[in-house]
Amino acid sequence: MAYDVVVVGGGVVGAAVAHALSFYRLSAALVEKEEELSFGVSKANSGIIHPGTQNPPRSLRGRLCVEGNRLIRRLAESLDLDFMEVGELIVAFDEAETSRLWQLKQEAEGDGVPGLEIVPRGWLRDNEPNLSREAVAALHAPTAGIISPYRLVYALAESAQLNGVELHTLTRVENIERIAGSGFNIVTSKGNFRARFLVNCAGLHADRVASMVSVPRFRIQPRKGEEYILDKKRRYITRHLLFPIPTPESKGILVTRTSDGNPMIGPTAYDVDDKVDLSTTDEGLEMVLRVATRLVPAIDRRDIIAYFAGLRPAAGDDFIVEVDADAPGFVNVAGIQSPGLTAAPAIGRLVTRLLRGQGLELASRRGSRQETPRHFRLQSMSPVAAEAAVRENPDTGDIVCRCETVSLREIKDAISAGARTLDGVKFRTRAGAGRCHGSFCTCRVMRVLSEETGRPITKISKRGPGSELVSEDRAGA
Amino acid sequence: MAAALSAVEHGMSDVLLLERDHCLGGILNQCVHPGFGLFHFGEALTGPEYASRFVRRVQSTPQIEVATGTFVSELRPGKVLTCMGREGVSTIRAKALVMATGCRERTREMIQIPGTRPAGVFSAGLAQKMMNIEGLMPGRDVVVVGSGDVGLIMARRLSLEGARVGAVLEIQPGPVGLKRNVVQCLDDFGIPLYLSHRVMWIHGRDRVEAVEVAEVDESAREIGGTRFTLRCDTVLVSVGLIPENELIEMAGVDVDRHSNEPVSSDLNYTSVPGLFVCGNAYRVYDIVDTVTRDSLLAGRQAAEYVVAMEGPDG
Repeated sequence: MAYDVVVVGGGVVGAAVAHALSFYRLSAALVEKEEELSFGVSKANSGIIHPGTQNPPRSLRGRLCVEGNRLIRRLAESLDLDFMEVGELIVAFDEAETSRLWQLKQEAEGDGVPGLEIVPRGWLRDNEPNLSREAVAALHAPTAGIISPYRLVYALAESAQLNGVELHTLTRVENIERIAGSGFNIVTSKGNFRARFLVNCAGLHADRVASMVSVPRFRIQPRKGEEYILDKKRRYITRHLLFPIPTPESKGILVTRTSDGNPMIGPTAYDVDDKVDLSTTDEGLEMVLRVATRLVPAIDRRDIIAYFAGLRPAAGDDFIVEVDADAPGFVNVAGIQSPGLTAAPAIGRLVTRLLRGQGLELASRRGSRQETPRHFRLQSMSPVAAEAAVRENPDTGDIVCRCETVSLREIKDAISAGARTLDGVKFRTRAGAGRCHGSFCTCRVMRVLSEETGRPITKISKRGPGSELVSEDRAGA
Repeated sequence: MAAALSAVEHGMSDVLLLERDHCLGGILNQCVHPGFGLFHFGEALTGPEYASRFVRRVQSTPQIEVATGTFVSELRPGKVLTCMGREGVSTIRAKALVMATGCRERTREMIQIPGTRPAGVFSAGLAQKMMNIEGLMPGRDVVVVGSGDVGLIMARRLSLEGARVGAVLEIQPGPVGLKRNVVQCLDDFGIPLYLSHRVMWIHGRDRVEAVEVAEVDESAREIGGTRFTLRCDTVLVSVGLIPENELIEMAGVDVDRHSNEPVSSDLNYTSVPGLFVCGNAYRVYDIVDTVTRDSLLAGRQAAEYVVAMEGPDG
């Protein structure tokens, strides 16, 4: 198989690069080692669209974050995403912290962040009533928002696919050979891919992929973050995203909420050695609770319904988005830690420009589709609209997940859009993401996955080969 | 079902019984072990047998209309329900409402077991459904966390199906489930019960590989030097039940923030007149016979409420 461009890595960055390329007349493929996209770094993203307030001054991170924040709005419309602009507050607890706010404001304004304002105690009482009474001031950034990180990845990839980009999952890059003068031969677990241009969006493994091509000038340092999700019942506990004063390592432990309405507290930030270590710890939980309850004393550990950990693929302080000096045609996109989700659309554009600089012809694809098919979502419908939808398709009234009100129709839609695992269905539809955590719907979702994909039930897994859910089918179905 | 039958016995002629599942009986259908009905029927029945006695009576009671495969998506003040099913969406207004919505299991997530999140960590009830309804073996090498009744019963069930159940772990100093279940499900099968023990870590990237266990003191803190590892491919979590009262909460009924039970002045009553909660949704009961007794009362209470409001069958 020969392509103009091969993108390695199906996280938000790879999907955004594939999406940006799909508007041009060229052949491209995205390869991903996991069974579904968004199963690496991106699945543990907190879903914040950052305004650009906490980046090192004059950094690539800062510039791409501000541009991404602007781009995401148009994308949200064309790709039917659940973006909500909710605004953020960086909270100061004393005079010294307040003077830090002025500094942060100045730095962010230098990067072009709009609408920033230092708000006093009285404003906070009126506009964020559950915020600690000890808060004295905050930096308000109105352009901060929230989005479903997985749906962003899936929508970008579906749109790219619609415009001709091939997606290859369970395709692990084993080796890359440089073909003199004409590109790359990418050896994978699913055969060879030839490409004139190669983009490395391999997240935690970007250093490994880069080292297959040349001598990498970066090393990925995984930095773990643990996040704790609270019951939706507490969705009104905050209005804005609440941050403490950032430190050089991270934006700190914050109080946010998912685009589905669950408050979320975290993340921790500490370096780890293991690139697959997604464990959560007692110490992490205690630390998150300590900081989160300092911001919002009403947060209660008994409201926690889920938790997870993610690894930020850090490579120094800034993002790396550049052509490898020793390998023309090879672009590294590495070290995309926070605010990578926000920056992704801007990274897609930047990579496209870099590839053009390397000689990729960019002719507009006539008839390319800007929009993706709208995914049906029962939970956001009025009873009248739901009634019509059930009459059109009875699967709409067949509720599989009771906690999140997810219908059989949505499960089947997710599978036809590419979901192959329990997690894939959960990330797309929220079935199993609610307060019972799949106790009631897991069997049904497994059955539907088995029926729709034709796989035996013993092959249905949580997140790909090795994570099969049951060991034996005694019903012999 | 008991509440519906009792409402008819107390003069109601128009009773609607809503059920999410495709058949009546609820969780009893997956409880294939015996021991149900010792008090109510004076004999030991399995869960499906116990349920079927009520199903037959409901089906031969013309005053009860049964709607299975019907999901209540919303409950509004004034006892107005939005129901969904494959046939459509409908709005139902009730004079009196009895909620018999049962409970859900507390999950691994609610007790914060540290470690990885691989496949193979199931609530005991989910494993029971896999085994008894779907005919699927959840795993071969099992550790049960928590000594609740469902966990004890599943320890025995999986042993009978050929799995190795390495241990039942309980953080409390005494077992949580019924004494008879400890004897019949663990002692009789030689399954060790570790009291005052907590899972300190779950290992395994894709599928569970082992758990680390340690003894804890009275404040649930690890006692140094007691940690050991149990290899397993499956962890069942049986750490208690929570009444399912999100619907009544939606309608503004007072629900206790910590127990998730309705705030109640008297058995089955809620803060809203004419809206009753019975069975495990009201309080988590040990045995089904008590659930039946209180649910029969709830049916009568609902009937009496309607009569008091507007005379028999108003």
